Amino acid sequence: MLRLEPRPAAPAWLELATPVMAVIATMIAGGVLFALMGFDPVAAVRTIFWDPLFGPAASYSRPQLLVKAGPLILIACGLAVGFRAGIWNIGAEGQYIVGGLCGAAVALAAYPAEGAWIFPAMVLAGAAGGWAWGMIPAMLRNWFGASEILVSLMLVYVAQRLAAWMAFGPMRNPEGFGMPGSRNLQQYPSAANPELVAGTGAHWGVVAAALAVVATWFLMSRHIRGFHIRAAGLAPRAARFAGVSPAALVAFCLGLSGALAGMAGLFEVAGPGGQIIDSFGSGYGFTAIIVAFLGRLHPLGILLAGLLLALTYIGGELAQLTLQLPAATVQVFQGMLLFFLLAFDTLTRFRIRSARAMA
Amino acid sequence: MILDVTTLLLLISAATPILFAALGEVIVERAGVLNLGVEGLMIVGALAGFAAAHATGSTALGFAVAAVAGAGLAMIFAVLTQMLLTNQVATGLALTLFGLGLTAMFGKPYEGIKAPPVPAGPLGVNAMIWLGLALVPLIWLGLNRTRAGLILRGVGENHDAAHALGYKVRAVRIAAIAAGGALAGMGGAYISIAIVLQWTEGMTAGAGWIALAIVVFAGWNPWGALAGAWLFGGVTVLQLRLQAAGVAVPVQLLSMAPYLATILVLVLISARQTYARGGGGTAPGSLGRPFHALR
Amino acid sequence: MRVTTTELFRAEGLGKTYPGVRANDDVSFSVRPGEIHALLGENGAGKSTLVKMIYGLVRPDAGRMRLGGAAHAPADPRAARAAGVGMVFQHFSLFDALSVAENVALGMDAPPPRRQLPPRIAEVSAAYGLPLDPARRIAGLSAGERQRVEIVRCLLGEPRLLIMDEPTSVLTPQEAEILFATLRKLAARGTAVLYISHKLDEIRTHCDRATILRQGRVVGTVSPGEHTARALAAMMVGAEMRPVDRSGRQAGDAVLVVRGLTSAPGHAGTALRDVGFAVRAGEILGIGGVAGNGQEELIAALSGETAGRPGTVLLSGADLSALGPEPRRRAGLLAAPEDRLGHAAVPEMSLTDNALLTGATRQRLAPRGVIDHAAARAFARRIIAAFDVRTPGPGTPAASLSGGNLQKFVIGREILQDPRALVVNQPTWGVDAGAAAAIRQALLDLARRGAAVVVISQDLDELLELSDRFAALNAGRLSAPVPTEGLTIERIGLMLGGAHGMEVAHVAA
Repeated sequence: MLRLEPRPAAPAWLELATPVMAVIATMIAGGVLFALMGFDPVAAVRTIFWDPLFGPAASYSRPQLLVKAGPLILIACGLAVGFRAGIWNIGAEGQYIVGGLCGAAVALAAYPAEGAWIFPAMVLAGAAGGWAWGMIPAMLRNWFGASEILVSLMLVYVAQRLAAWMAFGPMRNPEGFGMPGSRNLQQYPSAANPELVAGTGAHWGVVAAALAVVATWFLMSRHIRGFHIRAAGLAPRAARFAGVSPAALVAFCLGLSGALAGMAGLFEVAGPGGQIIDSFGSGYGFTAIIVAFLGRLHPLGILLAGLLLALTYIGGELAQLTLQLPAATVQVFQGMLLFFLLAFDTLTRFRIRSARAMA
Repeated sequence: MILDVTTLLLLISAATPILFAALGEVIVERAGVLNLGVEGLMIVGALAGFAAAHATGSTALGFAVAAVAGAGLAMIFAVLTQMLLTNQVATGLALTLFGLGLTAMFGKPYEGIKAPPVPAGPLGVNAMIWLGLALVPLIWLGLNRTRAGLILRGVGENHDAAHALGYKVRAVRIAAIAAGGALAGMGGAYISIAIVLQWTEGMTAGAGWIALAIVVFAGWNPWGALAGAWLFGGVTVLQLRLQAAGVAVPVQLLSMAPYLATILVLVLISARQTYARGGGGTAPGSLGRPFHALR
Repeated sequence: MRVTTTELFRAEGLGKTYPGVRANDDVSFSVRPGEIHALLGENGAGKSTLVKMIYGLVRPDAGRMRLGGAAHAPADPRAARAAGVGMVFQHFSLFDALSVAENVALGMDAPPPRRQLPPRIAEVSAAYGLPLDPARRIAGLSAGERQRVEIVRCLLGEPRLLIMDEPTSVLTPQEAEILFATLRKLAARGTAVLYISHKLDEIRTHCDRATILRQGRVVGTVSPGEHTARALAAMMVGAEMRPVDRSGRQAGDAVLVVRGLTSAPGHAGTALRDVGFAVRAGEILGIGGVAGNGQEELIAALSGETAGRPGTVLLSGADLSALGPEPRRRAGLLAAPEDRLGHAAVPEMSLTDNALLTGATRQRLAPRGVIDHAAARAFARRIIAAFDVRTPGPGTPAASLSGGNLQKFVIGREILQDPRALVVNQPTWGVDAGAAAAIRQALLDLARRGAAVVVISQDLDELLELSDRFAALNAGRLSAPVPTEGLTIERIGLMLGGAHGMEVAHVAA
């Protein structure tokens, strides 16, 4: 029998090794799953993790990597800050949707005017929309003690219905022959979020994600506010003793993660997505939770984890095309990845000892 | 038109999945464990139950399989949080994401198939509704009038004290998680087999999260869970009736009602518990805290 | 095999090792029926581990135990209870949300039916003078009442050996007297009591024999009444204690003034009611009281964790009432709360980060919000050097320090910031004698340099040793401070509220 002994601090190599171990375990478990379903496990794992970058169609799929990783990283950076403080915003999906709606609203209101102010205004509106949607659970927690987990999650469903209503109602393209969905912003130069360097997939959202990585790294490692956030997550009473106001922290973390998720939504609707449709939310907000954990809540880790999960998205689509794997394979992979990550994380917090044979 | 027998039955039926899941979570949380994976357990129960009912033609067997599937999936959560001491919030989230993915993957062949009919029970109401109603007093009695229930509450209230008195904290919690998983699985199966009558991806649509909110509303009490589930059922039915009556509000906005109602209820109840501490209905003392004993 | 009627329990060569600590090493001693046997030792001497082995909570790695002539190797507390061992825990093993009767039922292995339990409880509590209402919830009970629940729960199991882990640490001196009367009655009926404590005086007056532990080993078993407290302390610590140096202090102007301080109750705590006092420069004010009478709330109100109404907390005339901890530190009012791990320090963080936790403002460790890690490390090094903190270096996590070393670090961190007023709660709780002496001396030295010091403590000896004036905190009210000079334990006991609600018991006894 094995038992766990707590350890005060994990060796640094183990902190780095556990995410890698989790990825490898997920590949193995996924392979077993594919074999059980009657697919060739090696081919399936290769298609998902290797082919998007180095396979025959890589030149087509490689730019997709940044397109998918951008929003994941942008959202996860914000979420990680909150998770460090023990503030559980799991409604980033809703903040993403509302951010997209608010940004699109600015563009649709301005249409057909042209001007350099339009896109920055959209970015601000997107961030403000996500921020406001995140402030709802923050304020309800601060004023009434309502769980931010449940409120932020409920607001995802509300936001999804809001997007559907917008797509069918107020934002419907008047020249769209009655089809649901807004105007396509990609065809509106002042509002479009185009690919900045051809063939890379990088749009303004990717730039924002890169900035977010640097900014959250500075915040968490070099700024006293980040230090207070970490202290609050580890020992809330000690943080209060140090002078951190719990209510201000809740508002800061939910507001920040909301704003970043909202910006991600805006960049998506003005770029790769192009328009508001009823199923505008695409699950980035939930996948970003996995990205945050896989990156060990560290900005650089999130950068790598975001790229990896973007890879599984693209690989999943590829596997769907070439091997007829079900589309949901990626979701199962992501869920398994989080399980394995949590399990391997135990190694960093505890030493595993074999217990003496008990009398 | 507002409240006839048909509407009432519709309400009770709509409340049943939430009732099952919430009762299960009451047991889990009373043992001091916060399982946020209810949504994942429900969706897995919905698919497993539907598949079993479809394969055998027996809805009773469908619900039984859903219970086993729910308990089985919950064991992943139990092993991770109780043996490996992982964070309960993160693990519950993982369970939900995993359950949603798993069912999306394996559910494809079942799409568009009609469920076998649920046989009508006494008074024309199906057995699951009766079972749900019967579970409320049974679980209340079990928690408050039996030794096993007392031990479960003790473990949830103060796991260090329970351990010091020699109770097996981990074993009690694993059993509670399994029971909660079984009930959530049955609740999910009720959605696919008895309400929607078919399988669609993501069909639980937040019911598991609403059940979690209802446990807070219920003050961790089975009777409160019943009240909360009926409240939710009422909002759902009202919303459907308004849609059917062609009220001049877009469908998408009307369908927000259950979620907004949940938030409202959560706010009201949290406010009451914040300002009136010490009375009944506060959270179990060890809720969500990991337990680790050095021997 | 030796089976004698004069021996109820015997331990032979017991040993237990935790990672990095030899908690018990070759421990042998015996307890007779009907005796009150003290287990005496410093914090960390291994008393708790030893009794946990007897109660089946911890399994020994070496040695064996005998109880009433039979081998005693309980697999769990249930087995220990079946063998006739009962235990009253220091940090009560009670369930706040449950009733007294439910708590008692959880502590019994074969409880009577629900309806028959309350009369049984009433019966036992009457027989031993321990009044209890079986229907009440634990959450509303005082510390003394909670202890009664624990004792009654044990007595219903009719133990042959009753273990009590530091029972008087939550009682006033008067309540402790009543407890000893109960224990005497039990002993007279043949029950053996194993009594853990580090309070020398009560052991000398009330215990028949005492086994002394030091660093996990038995130093000896003695008749405590035949030794002076000083001699017992020397056996416990292994060296003569040097008295603290109180000289060279001069009281100046009032620095910290508190007036009409009232607060909401903290988590399961007590509201402060109209608390007022003034401390002068160079003076130490001691605040005594049984745990849970408002100590947590008082230090939170002074550190700034809870804001007060205007005019309630003043430092050299400046009103700090509305300010949070950081601005209060800037003004010179510093605090060190009781709980080292999780309140005064973040256990998982390094000593450098913990130095930053409260030192950021006064030591300028984060100019314009940007952390100067080198400066923080240097500050941590200064604390380590000045207060003789035993640690591999400033990068060590706080949790891996021993209680005494971490406490020296926490107190040192505040003292090195040169406060104008310092408030500490339980500065030497759970700390070995050497570290405790160093901390007390450091507080005296701080006062000598002209700071106003408030020491909140449950250790009356400590308060008498340190403070110039003494005030008692009881049910959230603070008595008027009186000079410590000439104050007796008896008088202090009355200031602390005497025997809370035990008058009934007194009559019955």
